[in-house]
Amino acid sequence: MNAQTWALLPLLITTATVVAGMIGIAVRRAHRFTAMLTTAGIGLALASLAPEWFADDSASIAVTGLLVVDGIARFAMTLILITTLGVLTLCPAYFSGYRDNREELYLLIGVGTVGALTLATANHAATLLLGLELLSLPMVGAVAYTVDRPRSIEGGVKYLVLSAAASATLLFGVALIYAESGSLDMEALATAIAGAGLGSPLVTVGALMVLAGIAFKLSFVPFHQWTPDVYEAAPLPVTAYLATVVKLGAFVAALRLLHAGVGSASPLIVSAIVVLALASMLLGSLLALKQTNLKRLLAYSSIANFGFLAVVLALPGHSAVRAAGVYLVGYMIASLGIFGVMTLVSSPMGQRDHEDLDQYRGLFWRAPFRATVLITMLLSLAGIPLTAGFIGKLAVLAVGVKAGQWWLVGGVVLASAIGVFYYLRVVNALLTASETVPERDAIVGGWGRRVSGAMLLLAMIATLWLGVFPESLFTMGRQLVFP
Amino acid sequence: MTLVWLILIPLIGGLLSWQSGRISNAAPRRVALVSMLIALGLSLWLWVTQDYSFTGAGFSAASTGVPQWTIEFRANWIPAIGASFHLGLDGLSLLMIVLANLLGVLAVASSWRDIDRDQGFFHLNLLWNLAGVIGVFLALDLLLFFFFWEMMLVPMYFLIALWGYNPPGGRTRLYAAVKFVIYTQASGLLLLVAILGLAYVHYDATGLLTFDYHDLLGTPMGASVEWLLMLGFFIAFAVKMPIVPLHGWLPDAHTNAPVSGSVDLAGILLKTAAYGLLRFGIPLFPHASLEIAPLAMWLGVVGVVYGAVVAFSQHDIKRLVAYTSISHMGFVVIGVYAATDQALIGVVVQMIAHGLSAGALFILCGEIQERLGTRDLRQMGGLWSRLPNLPPLLLFFALATLGLPGLGNFVGEFLILSGTFLVAPWVAVAASVGLILAVAYSLIMVQRALHGPVHGVAAAAQITLTDLSRRELTMLLTLLALLIGLGLYPQPVIDAARAPVHAFEMIYPDAARAESVPAPTGVAP
Repeated sequence: MNAQTWALLPLLITTATVVAGMIGIAVRRAHRFTAMLTTAGIGLALASLAPEWFADDSASIAVTGLLVVDGIARFAMTLILITTLGVLTLCPAYFSGYRDNREELYLLIGVGTVGALTLATANHAATLLLGLELLSLPMVGAVAYTVDRPRSIEGGVKYLVLSAAASATLLFGVALIYAESGSLDMEALATAIAGAGLGSPLVTVGALMVLAGIAFKLSFVPFHQWTPDVYEAAPLPVTAYLATVVKLGAFVAALRLLHAGVGSASPLIVSAIVVLALASMLLGSLLALKQTNLKRLLAYSSIANFGFLAVVLALPGHSAVRAAGVYLVGYMIASLGIFGVMTLVSSPMGQRDHEDLDQYRGLFWRAPFRATVLITMLLSLAGIPLTAGFIGKLAVLAVGVKAGQWWLVGGVVLASAIGVFYYLRVVNALLTASETVPERDAIVGGWGRRVSGAMLLLAMIATLWLGVFPESLFTMGRQLVFP
Repeated sequence: MTLVWLILIPLIGGLLSWQSGRISNAAPRRVALVSMLIALGLSLWLWVTQDYSFTGAGFSAASTGVPQWTIEFRANWIPAIGASFHLGLDGLSLLMIVLANLLGVLAVASSWRDIDRDQGFFHLNLLWNLAGVIGVFLALDLLLFFFFWEMMLVPMYFLIALWGYNPPGGRTRLYAAVKFVIYTQASGLLLLVAILGLAYVHYDATGLLTFDYHDLLGTPMGASVEWLLMLGFFIAFAVKMPIVPLHGWLPDAHTNAPVSGSVDLAGILLKTAAYGLLRFGIPLFPHASLEIAPLAMWLGVVGVVYGAVVAFSQHDIKRLVAYTSISHMGFVVIGVYAATDQALIGVVVQMIAHGLSAGALFILCGEIQERLGTRDLRQMGGLWSRLPNLPPLLLFFALATLGLPGLGNFVGEFLILSGTFLVAPWVAVAASVGLILAVAYSLIMVQRALHGPVHGVAAAAQITLTDLSRRELTMLLTLLALLIGLGLYPQPVIDAARAPVHAFEMIYPDAARAESVPAPTGVAP
């Protein structure tokens, strides 16, 4: 095997896993087997990346003209695979009580992961689009997976229409830029976007359309309306996947297309990103304030969080990309933890997930372990020290201050202060004493639940460990440089 | 390593205490008490055995080369961004740590009975909060300082939110807890931005990204940049102090906090802000601080008068004591910005004396509430004739609060006022009004709680009133003895504080001299 095959191994293994899973289902339906097979495959893919973590050089290996495996790609692939593993551990416990076919969900998640990995390595407009579609289309199925629930189909269709519209916008933008620059290479596209200005209307319109398409995927305000509805409609593990892997894949594409690296970015695009970032963090936080549905609250929280991350897109230099890496790690772990606890509280399947804040009242006294994980993760998202989330916020603030982007820094401070309020509302609910015990709440047992519990414990330890000793986060981020 | 242990003992004690809840219901508080006693013993041992005649703080240090601390500890923390685990102890930190540990012991002891559920988790929060406080008093790396600064926050939130009171007709404890967190978190983020800004200003000037106190002292920067960064520090500390008009969280937090939480808040947490100003806020930005000093002193005066006037009109005895804290911390603000030798010594004495007296008053409020089931002054009265020990003690600590000569508070306030008079006579004159108002609110509290006819709830609880137990008496008599000691012989405290105060006092003259020079000099090597 040559270096290129080695570099692409995670993608290949994941694809093989999906195929194997499909054949397995065709032979015999077995929930446990499919779950284990998919988990093992993703785990293997992750293991194939392991040698790269210890290698000091972040060599950039181009695989044909379509894919490139560089520092960013490796970092993103690692994070994608770890998060996917986390989501996969949540599924068995959640779907064990589901009456209909359960196995296909693992295929959908597997295909989505293939898409995310493709996005992480995409070096050409074709692979970019391929990755986006591979990531989005299975999610349509996954969102609507529990078809007998009242809102599933609605959520699926909504996601389908909007993600198709977003992809089309992005594609149109790429085409416009191509008309001017004559190349579909990602680097060429990024260079063209960085040069967008009033002098070249075609590229400017194209760049703005690319930005809009990505803003849809990352649900920046004002392209955010679909997020709460889809989050609410999807089964909880799928919501977790949407909030983590899907966004991560799209964010890597955004980094490659919109971030100018060490070069100078187009002032027009930068100001557009600044507006999007400020709007997302502030409006996301404000809209989360009054939510009583935890899924919707987290949807708005993810909008605000990606507003913070968008700050990074507007700032030049490698250090900004590194800050994004640090932030993403904290955010991924925290989201996974929160949705994980919700999954464990909600399952087995009912008509609706546990998503009303009232259902979480007094959880701390009924289920101290799950509530402690949930509180830790909420505090991490709120950016309270001793958690990885704080380190992420510190990193983003640091690059913001360094670049002197005071509007963005002020926005981050303000939005974080608002954020503390709504995260604490959830924490308060967990802590208040409540007499009424929701019926589906305190069920124990089952191997799936033990696996999920172990994953949550790991996630909590990681959050706290990285929060107190963040050096490894920063060294991990060191790989994140543009070639 | 001793310094690390000062932080580790409460941390480990908290964990042990939490887990010991599995053994028996009484185990957590015993474990917590023992660990705080060990910490107190360690800090007293440090006081007796070490030499506090020098300090690494302030500008004399920056200009004369290598700063020296009585004990210093440095280890790697986040080398990637230039943050290190750097601790240092001088006389000022020592006094604050002794105070924190002493009040920590009292906080554990005062909640001996009134915490009925989840004792283990309660003591975990209390001790981790104390660990954060001690970390604040020791940190010499700005990022580390911020880390500890925020570490005090979450445990305090839990203390109020889980074990606080819901006074009838008032705001809920969750409301108070969230208000506390939002005030401190928002101001904390400002502080973080200011710290980052300072680090990058230093980076631009020297090419070295660092958060170390020694390196950042004397960072050359433009006047407007210095102002902005100074404001970030100032506002963060002003919220915690609290300086009027940023005090909104304090009365609510006290109204709803459990007794030990109040002791902790008033006795220790408020002092971290004054310490932060003395250690970081002013030495890092001497010129801007010099310029804001008149404004800050007048804000202090506003705090003194406002706190006293509002305290006078409170019906809730605990809320009354909370407002007196605002008044007393106003004196501290005045003294810090007057920055004369006398005023600064006064600040140190005042902080300790206020920690002791406010702690005692909050304990007494808790005792009264435990006995009567209410804290409403309108429901009290006539306690003097019905209890032998509690009323005289309340009277004593009320007198201490109003600044009776011979007690610690008098020494502190008198030194602050006379020290301030040298540089800002009108501020001193206006602030002395606070002393008169203090008499008014202290005596009205004593009058309404202890004297007059027995009525209200107090009358209904006729039979069940019991006097202070031995545990409560021991606590209060210890505080009483310390306050008298501080009032009659404050010399040990003054000796320990001498060197830091002297270093600090040099900052303003240095800054004033440098005013004429366009760019401030004295970059740390």
